[in-house]
Amino acid sequence: MTTSMPGYAGRLLYVDLTSRQWETRPLPGDLAREYLGGRGFVARLLWDEVPTGADPLGPENRVVLATGPLTGLFLPCGGKLHLGAKSPATGGYGDANIGGHLAPELKGAGYDGVVIQGRSPQPCLLVIEDDAVRFMDATPWWGQGAIESEARLKAELGEAFQIMTIGPAGENLVKYACISHDFGRQAGRTGVGAVFGSKRLKAVAIRGSKDIPVFDARAAQAEGRRMYEVCFGKPGFEEWTPYGTAGVTDWVNEVGAFPTRNFQTTYFPQHTEINGRKLKERILVTDKGCFGCPIPCGKYSKVKVPRGMAYVEGPEYETIALMGGNCAVATIEEVGYANYIADELGLDTISGGNVVAFAIECYEKGLLTEAQVGRKLAWGCLDSLVFLLEKIARREGIGDLLAEGVKVAAAVIKGGSDKFAIHVKGLEWSGYDARYAPAMMLSYMTADVGAHHNRSWAITYDVAMGRKSLEGKAEKVVELQHIRPLFDVLGLCRFPWVEIGFELENYAAIFPLVTGWNYSWQDLLRVSERIWNLTRAFSAREIDHYGRAFDYPPPRFYEEPVPDGPAQGQLIPKPQLDELLDRYYRIRGWDEGGLPTREKLQELGLQFVVDTLGPKLS
Amino acid sequence: MLLATRDELCSGCRTCLVACSLQVYGVVNPKKAALGIAAHFPAPGRYSVITCSQCGTCAEVCPLEAITRRENAYIIDERICNLCGLCISSCPQEAMFTHPDLSTPIKCILCGECVRYCPRQAVYDLHGEVSRK
Repeated sequence: MTTSMPGYAGRLLYVDLTSRQWETRPLPGDLAREYLGGRGFVARLLWDEVPTGADPLGPENRVVLATGPLTGLFLPCGGKLHLGAKSPATGGYGDANIGGHLAPELKGAGYDGVVIQGRSPQPCLLVIEDDAVRFMDATPWWGQGAIESEARLKAELGEAFQIMTIGPAGENLVKYACISHDFGRQAGRTGVGAVFGSKRLKAVAIRGSKDIPVFDARAAQAEGRRMYEVCFGKPGFEEWTPYGTAGVTDWVNEVGAFPTRNFQTTYFPQHTEINGRKLKERILVTDKGCFGCPIPCGKYSKVKVPRGMAYVEGPEYETIALMGGNCAVATIEEVGYANYIADELGLDTISGGNVVAFAIECYEKGLLTEAQVGRKLAWGCLDSLVFLLEKIARREGIGDLLAEGVKVAAAVIKGGSDKFAIHVKGLEWSGYDARYAPAMMLSYMTADVGAHHNRSWAITYDVAMGRKSLEGKAEKVVELQHIRPLFDVLGLCRFPWVEIGFELENYAAIFPLVTGWNYSWQDLLRVSERIWNLTRAFSAREIDHYGRAFDYPPPRFYEEPVPDGPAQGQLIPKPQLDELLDRYYRIRGWDEGGLPTREKLQELGLQFVVDTLGPKLS
Repeated sequence: MLLATRDELCSGCRTCLVACSLQVYGVVNPKKAALGIAAHFPAPGRYSVITCSQCGTCAEVCPLEAITRRENAYIIDERICNLCGLCISSCPQEAMFTHPDLSTPIKCILCGECVRYCPRQAVYDLHGEVSRK
């Protein structure tokens, strides 16, 4: 079909799993112009479609999948699919992002996004093949591993399908269950896999054959060529790619930010046994790139440990941090094997690594006993990890509580365990201890989904601007929180910019050639700010008393100085956290309680938010 | 030029497919590419790149003589081809493709765009006349 909007497929797909009905609707022009795509579509469609107060694991919650205007094109790294839901982990706005080849396939099938609601009477698969949408019985795959399911579905449906699946953790509504694709890539965070599971949606399979319309195809081709050539010329193109994200492991230890034994400390002496070099030397099978990527971070590996042999994509840095250092696991093979177990079970390795480490620390402190757990737990013990991950995914024994995440588990276990339940807003902390990095700390405190680094990876700026200094840090975090999520809006991966210094102006240059819209980079950032305020408002709408109280790190980070390593003695006292928050809210145009003001919302074209939140706003 | 591949370098990114469709058909559509990537996962975990070797089998079997050699490449004359499919089933490389929008098979014309933009040089010119940008 033709479209009046180049850069877009021009349609949204609405699916109701309860009735097994589906329909397509034209992509609204104002949605595209004001929210652009990806994360923007997710934020606005969740606001519009999810009823206030909806149970995140009930049929009325929605899962929104969305591509962006730069998805699937001839330019570096346009392979990202954004998806979101009201989060079962936090009760607020939740989203996650996945590479591989899903997003170009969905756009090629003729859809900019998919909105899924309801609950299937029995386990089901959603199959999208160009204009045809069908539902299949997933009973034969229910209970199977996420990667195993993908392999079997490819065998059944055909290699050409791009498939997203959940594992047992998603089926059993583990609050940090992920969605898996392409044999080891995940939409990891905020429990999107549990939302799939609550809808009894085992998998989505997509196949598309349509052209993606582009405003000026020849001009965009020329610009795309230039963009690739710029990437090929960057030093990092050759230097960064061989190690991928694992390559940062040594640096994070050197700056004293590496999660170690449930964030008890920030330097792991055996880090050189689990770094990018060890990955490459000992276990790498092939580099594995997402769609259009010249700098593949995906490292596909084969690991052997006494428990068994496994193929696994990774381990990536985050898994090395949270299942390696944070659980004190000290060989790359063991980290890789734990990664494989989590992937098959469909568990986010970031939250999963946090939860396991939290349980081991509880055990160490006598707050969990061998009788309660079902075995001894120990740091650096792969068997402890695998045991707990399997219990969690199946919600057996202690796993049923741990499946709720560290915030809920600490509230039940008590004994002061909340001080070392490492999360913000109910989402576990990713791979950077920030006690010696105020901008990174503020990034974690204020990320809309909870303690995730991808909204603002500010630690490099802490190192550049002064580790103790608060000066300019809040400004930098706000700036990054508009730039980085913009990649999720446009349907891109941010790594060319972050990792090899590919200039942001390149994206601004190609955007008008693809869409025909004369947006400047500043215009695009304005959209990103609109979305940032909308996701904050979504959480405020869904969670009572939402605001400042939800923006603090766990007490460990402001009460316990780092005991050793390069950050020895460091912490950020609570008054400084408040100073950071005060500055941050002021720059954002939010009140001191952490909610956007009416004026800010109106300035951003969010009058409908003012109308809904009304009395909560100042 | 002549296409050759180093499968062990391929990362499966499919940049070559998009580059191909855009150069040959003027559209962004990896399903309209004259080469392919097969992924072998979860085991053994590798990719293979499927390219035309310009062996000429397609021209030999074409009942309508619609495929002829011009310089180094065999080219389909779309005015003659009736999409009977014999060339596709006969191709030893399995490097001829179809798409519902198109009235002829998709076949490599040796434009070199995949070579210029494969980030990994997994597709390259055996004769060294064309190289990655």
